[in-house]
Amino acid sequence: MPELRYIDAIRRALQEEMENDESIVILGEDVTLGGPFGATTGLADKFGVTRVRNTPISEGAVMGMAVGASLVGLRPIVEIMFVDFITLAMDQLVNHAAKLHYMSGGQLRVPLTVRVQGGISGGYGAHHSQSLEAWFLHVPGLKVVAPATASDAAGLLKSAIRDDNPVLFLEHRALYWTGGEVGEVIEPIIFGRAAIRRAGTDATVVAVSRMVPAALEAAERLEESGTSIEVIDPRTLAPLDLDTILESVRRTGRLVVAHEAVTVGGIGGEIAAQVQEVAFADLTGPVLRVGAPFAPVASSPVLEKLFAPGVDAIVDAVQRSLAFSRDGAPA
Amino acid sequence: MLPELGEDQLRELFQTMLVMRRFEEALITLAGEFDVGHFHVYIGQEATGAPALGLLEDGDFGFTTHRNHGHLLARGVDPARMMAEILGRETGTNQGKGGTLHLSSLEHGFPVTSAATGGCIPLATGAAFGFSKLGNRRVSVCLMGDGSLEEGAWHESVNIAALEKLPIIYLCENNSLEALGQRANEYPSSSMAASPLTGLAAVFGMPAVAIDGFDAGEVHDTMNIAIARARAGDGPTFIEARTVRWPGSRPLWPQLLTGELDLTIAWDETALPDEHVEWHRSQDGILRFTRELIEAGNLTPEQALEIDAGVKAQMKEAVQFALDSPYPPPEAALDHVYA
Amino acid sequence: MPKRLYAEALVGALRRALETDDRVHLMGQYFLGLTEHRELMVELREDYVERVYYPPIAEVGYVGAAIGAAMAGLRPIVDIATASFIFQAFPQVVNEAANVHYMSGGQTSVPMVFHFNQGIRGGGAAQHSHSPQAMLWNTPGLEIMAPSTPADVKGLVATAVQSNNPTAWVDHVRLFDTIGEVPDPDYAIPFGVADIKRSGTDVTIVASSFMVVRSLAAAETLAKQGIDVEVVDLRTLTPLDEDAVFTSVAKTGRLVVVDECHRRCGVAAEIAALVAENALGDLTAPIKRVTALDVPIPFSPPLEEFVEPTEAKIVEAVSEIAG
Repeated sequence: MPELRYIDAIRRALQEEMENDESIVILGEDVTLGGPFGATTGLADKFGVTRVRNTPISEGAVMGMAVGASLVGLRPIVEIMFVDFITLAMDQLVNHAAKLHYMSGGQLRVPLTVRVQGGISGGYGAHHSQSLEAWFLHVPGLKVVAPATASDAAGLLKSAIRDDNPVLFLEHRALYWTGGEVGEVIEPIIFGRAAIRRAGTDATVVAVSRMVPAALEAAERLEESGTSIEVIDPRTLAPLDLDTILESVRRTGRLVVAHEAVTVGGIGGEIAAQVQEVAFADLTGPVLRVGAPFAPVASSPVLEKLFAPGVDAIVDAVQRSLAFSRDGAPA
Repeated sequence: MLPELGEDQLRELFQTMLVMRRFEEALITLAGEFDVGHFHVYIGQEATGAPALGLLEDGDFGFTTHRNHGHLLARGVDPARMMAEILGRETGTNQGKGGTLHLSSLEHGFPVTSAATGGCIPLATGAAFGFSKLGNRRVSVCLMGDGSLEEGAWHESVNIAALEKLPIIYLCENNSLEALGQRANEYPSSSMAASPLTGLAAVFGMPAVAIDGFDAGEVHDTMNIAIARARAGDGPTFIEARTVRWPGSRPLWPQLLTGELDLTIAWDETALPDEHVEWHRSQDGILRFTRELIEAGNLTPEQALEIDAGVKAQMKEAVQFALDSPYPPPEAALDHVYA
Repeated sequence: MPKRLYAEALVGALRRALETDDRVHLMGQYFLGLTEHRELMVELREDYVERVYYPPIAEVGYVGAAIGAAMAGLRPIVDIATASFIFQAFPQVVNEAANVHYMSGGQTSVPMVFHFNQGIRGGGAAQHSHSPQAMLWNTPGLEIMAPSTPADVKGLVATAVQSNNPTAWVDHVRLFDTIGEVPDPDYAIPFGVADIKRSGTDVTIVASSFMVVRSLAAAETLAKQGIDVEVVDLRTLTPLDEDAVFTSVAKTGRLVVVDECHRRCGVAAEIAALVAENALGDLTAPIKRVTALDVPIPFSPPLEEFVEPTEAKIVEAVSEIAG
């Protein structure tokens, strides 16, 4: 299979969907130039500036405009330059996009895709490094997608664009230039189906976005000491494939959830809450969470390292989980 | 024209502009050898920032943007500590928490720097609200780019400032001409249908003027009037200072496309380079200011070069200080979440 | 001890804040929403004309202005009114206020309070029924308080206005009518100290804000069925009194978290995860969550009731695990 970089896979999915559906338009700052990282490079030449449209720096208005356009037959894709700037569009996204189908009693549909990139890399500091997925998971009506591989980025983006609901498509900046195999034909990937990235028997690690490669590396390392780790990539966070996670936890008895967002209030808490409720008797260890510490992201490269949890943190959590015995004292 | 200032003050202003320029030239050079991450530069706008901010008094606040380096330097923040912050060192102005996007120095009147477009506008308006309620005759300066007028926060804030007659100056530095992605039909903005931009403030009933941002004298005089008006409790002023985007800021990453500033161009036509002639001849505010100083007899070419040599040496030290400074201990990342 | 309406205690707390510290200013005039109690604000506004600011309808503008004013030396208490409107002001609250102290390397502080009325008020439908506290909890740099009684609102406001951090004051219009004893002298309730509103041995309920009132009512019903419930009122989410939760769970072995946020990634998820992470060995039953369901809040009364965390649902959840 040919190799494509994550960002090129995104561009290919955008291009193929635009070729097939004339109602798709792209709106965002500098998108005719490719946006800040080149995801839309060349699309304006191919589809014209009517369909690939530069906007002013007006996130709130652009988001609202896309919602309005989606109501009358377009299928807009909005690019917000950094996920941190989605704060400027929160009212339109949370109070409008997410709710119009429901509030109208099913009369309206909002087939909107919001592409954003985020995460920690490059010393961008507190205003350009966040992972905000938990906010949007907390908003009923939104779907939330977080691809970890080039192939998933392409397939999930196709599904996002074809979905009749507002979908938040979360790209990780640090994954943009990582390569992966992508099929000659990109098939849409159905939402709500997790991928088991590695099978294992001793503990389950659910890893989100960039934590997937970190978890796989942690699994390699743990294998050396004879520990077998199952790594699950949920791929879509809303809807969430709890069944695959539960099936795994019932086998391993131990669960670690790893994400780059702040631990407090993050998706790790939600998965932990669901798993302990449904599989309480099957858990032989506490559900442990690996996430960013409770602080804004610092800019200094040395300080920044403390925020993005990595292989060490996952290995440590797995080992702590394995050391726990339910009838004895916690490790 | 030259600001109405004494000879010493004019030379200080000249030196401040050079500090602003040489600092960022040094930064761009450093970025070629050392990964400093993404950053934005103020080069080309020194003739706006230096005279405008030189008029502020202790206790006055400025709220700036991602393009903040020049503003802090104009109010005397130590370039060594700024460079250290940009490199993420413990000795940096923000102890490594902020970086290039968020350089802050409370003692110099820069309490915090937001890197979200338009983020500074409500904050600066609020500081003016606070000063007004405290009755301390301080003023707040909102240092904004023309792009932030595209955000809704502008309209909400300027309305409040006008209603409350707040002591604020919205100094909008319009550097859009020839910028990357510019697509407006006419000067002066990248993506604003409104023209002139002053109309966006004038409708709120405040003085709104467009000035030449390369003209230090015009900047100085206009700011002087606006600050006096704010201190007197007569309310806000909007100033659009028009500059041209420095060619080196047109790519996504700043590059020294016009070379390092060569002051001799100011008095020696033969030194004019073949490329970017327009920039050197009429657009670079520092060259223009230098010419004006020499013509008026406030400065000789020799004095100019001597001041510049001192500034260059200072920047070399600043870079060395930053490189020699230790990184903060990693666990310091968890300090200062709460006061 | 004198008994007072919550609404009276709230206005009394604002008055004391204005009386005792010249830096305190109110920005926004509602605080009590459009409830009948709003008249209580009239006298306060007249007594402090210069320090109660009526902003235009400009959330991002005036909330951001309050943040700037805090940096300039005031201690503003800003009213965002209905919590759903916080999304208009979101960039200023989460990107600016929460980050200022940190980004500036500790140079600058934002001593201010954001007040909003959250939750289901009855007929508010999808755009006037939000509980945004879980999203704010995911934002380092904010303190979050969520009082449930007249006495607590007085003591927590006293702490909030003297805090040097931006504090979200999670309030609820359904609390305004509640009555409780309020001591006359000034006092401050420290942040990060939960309060056992009802002591019990069988099941722990953890709640905050109006859900404490509902949980206490459910506890009475359950007592009649022979189930002895302990109700832990968190009072503040950041800082969180984890120990109070763990101590209670160690005693009862059973936990129900009651919260008006949506379920997915809500406050209840975080509390459940914390306990599952740190106190699994103490648990004798799975942790249950009683929350708003994961749909926008509907308008029609029976639909709204179906979605919200009611007393009956609390009773049911506790009964399920009471064993």
